[in-house]
Amino acid sequence: MSSLALRARKVSARQPILLILLTLLFVLAVRQPEFYDPASLLAFLKRAAPLVILAAGQYFVIVAGDFDLSVGSLVTAEVVIAARLIDGDPSMTWPVIAIMIGFGLVVGLANGLITTLLHVPSFITTLGMYLILVGAVYTWTGGSPRGALTEQFRMLGRNSIGIVPYAVLILACVATIALLLMRSDFGKTLLATGDNPRTARLSGVPVVRARVIAFILSAVFAAVAAILLGGFGGVSFQVGAGLEFSAITAVVLGGVALGGGRGTVTAAMLGALTLEVLFTLLNVLGVSGALKSAVQGLIIIAAVAIGARRSRS
Amino acid sequence: MKLREHGVWGALGLTLIVGGILVYADGGSLFTQSSTVSLLQRAAGLGIVAIGQTLAILAGSLDLSVAYVISLTSLIAAETMDGSSGMIVPAIIAVLGVSAGIGLLNGLLITKLKINAFIATLGVGLLIKGYLEQGYAGPAGSVPTSFQRLGYDRIGPVPLSVLLMLAVAGVAWIVLNRTRFGHHLIAVGGDLDVARLSGVRTDWVLIRTHIICSVCAGIAGLYLASRLGAGAPRVGSEGGYDLESIAAVVLGGTVLAGGRGGVTGTVGGVALLAAIDGIFNQLAVDPFFKQVVRGVVIVAAVAIYAMSLRRKAPGKVATA
Amino acid sequence: MKISTALTAVVVTAMLFAAAGCASDVPTTTQSGDPKGAGTGEQSKFFVQADYDREIALRTMTAQGPADKPWEQALDPKTVDTTKYKKAGPYHLCFSNAGVGNPWRQVGIKNMQAEVKLHPEIKTFTVADAESKDDKQISDITDLLGKGCDALIVSPNTTATLTPAVEQACAKVPVIVFDRGVNTKCPVTFINPIGGYAFGATGAEFLNEKVKAGGKILALRILPGVDVLETRWSAAKVAFDKSQLNVVGVEFTDGDPAKTKTIVTNYIQRFGNIDGIWMDAGATAVAAAEAFEDAGKPVPPLVGEDQQDFLKMWQDKKLTAISPTYPTFQWRTPVIAALKILNGEAVPSPWKLPQPTITQANLSQYVQPNMPPLHYAMCGCTTLPGYPETWGGK
Repeated sequence: MSSLALRARKVSARQPILLILLTLLFVLAVRQPEFYDPASLLAFLKRAAPLVILAAGQYFVIVAGDFDLSVGSLVTAEVVIAARLIDGDPSMTWPVIAIMIGFGLVVGLANGLITTLLHVPSFITTLGMYLILVGAVYTWTGGSPRGALTEQFRMLGRNSIGIVPYAVLILACVATIALLLMRSDFGKTLLATGDNPRTARLSGVPVVRARVIAFILSAVFAAVAAILLGGFGGVSFQVGAGLEFSAITAVVLGGVALGGGRGTVTAAMLGALTLEVLFTLLNVLGVSGALKSAVQGLIIIAAVAIGARRSRS
Repeated sequence: MKLREHGVWGALGLTLIVGGILVYADGGSLFTQSSTVSLLQRAAGLGIVAIGQTLAILAGSLDLSVAYVISLTSLIAAETMDGSSGMIVPAIIAVLGVSAGIGLLNGLLITKLKINAFIATLGVGLLIKGYLEQGYAGPAGSVPTSFQRLGYDRIGPVPLSVLLMLAVAGVAWIVLNRTRFGHHLIAVGGDLDVARLSGVRTDWVLIRTHIICSVCAGIAGLYLASRLGAGAPRVGSEGGYDLESIAAVVLGGTVLAGGRGGVTGTVGGVALLAAIDGIFNQLAVDPFFKQVVRGVVIVAAVAIYAMSLRRKAPGKVATA
Repeated sequence: MKISTALTAVVVTAMLFAAAGCASDVPTTTQSGDPKGAGTGEQSKFFVQADYDREIALRTMTAQGPADKPWEQALDPKTVDTTKYKKAGPYHLCFSNAGVGNPWRQVGIKNMQAEVKLHPEIKTFTVADAESKDDKQISDITDLLGKGCDALIVSPNTTATLTPAVEQACAKVPVIVFDRGVNTKCPVTFINPIGGYAFGATGAEFLNEKVKAGGKILALRILPGVDVLETRWSAAKVAFDKSQLNVVGVEFTDGDPAKTKTIVTNYIQRFGNIDGIWMDAGATAVAAAEAFEDAGKPVPPLVGEDQQDFLKMWQDKKLTAISPTYPTFQWRTPVIAALKILNGEAVPSPWKLPQPTITQANLSQYVQPNMPPLHYAMCGCTTLPGYPETWGGK
């Protein structure tokens, strides 16, 4: 076996997601070399940024042993709220962005407190939150989005400094924050919490606090993703639809175990990137939209099966 | 424990009384024959799925593929029958066979490949979704009038479909409470390792549970085909049967982590959701506001259950 | 460890095969160099030649009825006698709605509620919202029938599955169906604008006129399998197949602006540029146009709809565009029809409403900066009580 193949095998054993991503990128290079123009590569990263950010947020929750099903509807809610509050007035842009982050904080705090203090399984808490957010936003706006986003707001998801899109810069910041958090004591607490909450609690780890912070991070990251998505695509009610499942898929694809305690935030973000590359590739290959969900289903099952095999051996 | 088992029925009674008064004050009546019938009919479809889901959840698993199984089986039923009464039996056999096959696949992925149930059933659901979107552009097939009677006939105010749901619930109750398999299922959901150490063939129990859960979804697909007169590729996902069935199960007091609960509670949970729906329908409440109330009710119910459970057995609460 | 590597290898190999093998399997719906038809794929299962011919003919007819009230006009009307339904007021009117899950239906339901307010003889107006669920709508109809409705209006969620329920209702009360039809003749009348074929053809013909021969066209569709959208695409396909235009792609957007923008960006990248955009519904028109702006290219001729965000962009950025409409003013007509029927007056059946198109010439008439971005201009609602606040305007 050549040394390259051997190396690839080593990498695959440690980070199967990296190998899958590299393979997809290789296939993409064969089928569509233009993808690697700096401009189109950056455009790709710009489009992928929201999902990568959501995946990082979802990672904190999953690694602590929970779920966050509310992020999709939170994204929709944030965008609709932003449009209504800004209402085309440029001076409102930054205050409203602050409000969006604050709203994310409150939603995350509510998810976290209900889950930890009231002992409601996070699946149910965030499912309930999902219903509440969608319903409340529709009720508030009378069923259809109102107001408008300003150019200043949309800039963050749409425009670039030079050739580097703002979204890519924001993604870099968020990714750095996520990495630093996981290296800090908080990261260790989170992993211990997800690995075995009882042992963690008995050995004095602040389990409740760690889980609540994880939910807050997930929701605040969702708020950031909402700023980018609203900027990229404008106001709509579809903006967040299905993002919770995409984010969970991405995290799991990265080899992070549901139930907590295992996996890295880097792998989770790579999982999101892989998912986006996969969709780009399917589009390039001309796979019809209908088959995309089937391919997505196969890939998740395969990725998790591989992950499960690894952890047992 | 008492609250978990009976709480939902108390809540249902209270909801009906308060709702009845509100509707009466609004100038309507909650208990006219036509509204009761339509309320029960809506509950039946969800109920059959939720009973299957109860078993999966009791065993510590869960099934997110049910919505797509429903759509798929409604199409299999309607296309096999294709308007002819003679094909009803083959259609039913085909539906049960296919849904059992999907359940088997779910079970094998979960037990043999050790894939988390959330991911395995989500993945299988996506596979079916892809097949449906690729193969169907809209409703297809047609069921004969004789089969439509399942969806429309009733005895007094009680629709046939409700009797079907109660029959499914009865069978599930007997399986859970009176068979070895049922005891094993609860044991697996309570603590997988303990069950394995005490000699339960846990994989086989989980596989069978998933087959039953999928078959229940298949029965719901048959019922919906009879109701709609055709198969519909989006009826399951548009109806939100995946998340709503899980909501009904936990409303009924079954613990999401498995091992505690039962089908009686689930039937109550389904009835409660239907009652809320019916009351809001009569009051013509904005459908979006209805969502908010549903979300609050589900979270609040589970919080109350968790509280009562903690009071009974402090320290024994599952964390996730 | 070994098994994991083996499994990974299997996945990787499968992907490589997919990459290598797909070259010959690429469905013709998405890629084609052949300007003659192949790019548009197979014709939709929903396409019915006779219906198509009729709609294309209706487009050029003049509607009968009051000129300033298109919702009361009818094209080529054939009336039915309704004396057997004659009944003294006040009335209890019932409406089984498929749902209010998109801005078009939001504007529509507000139009209908406002229309009801214009008629004091309607004592009660009961609405049951099916939340886009077929089985709920069937139950809703049963439920409404028990409430003593004098007439029932139905906007079906899907055609085939609602037919049995509507037949049941016909036996008890006069039924008026609008927007989407049912597979039965039992309703007293079926109200809708000309329809999807006319909508789709108008957009495609506009592109044929504005884009040079051989120009690359991208067709954007919301989702497959919805009858009212399938007809739009199938008529556009007929027009494109006859033209010299090259349809390079037909893609589904789910009505999601972000997804639309990504798709359009990908196509601009893949083909260098795109010379025209056709779409079956306007919700994603602004996103499609923005994809060109973001790529630093001029926005090519495109087809939108009558939503305010697009009309405003069209006017501000001086686009070359057209907006066929599926007017929301049709939500007023069923109420008017119900009252005529209860009054024993003859009504057109089917009741074909006109389907105006917004062009460069009449654009300024429809741009309403005070209305929300997703408001539909062709609502016929500006003179209704509660306008503009009820519709979210100011």
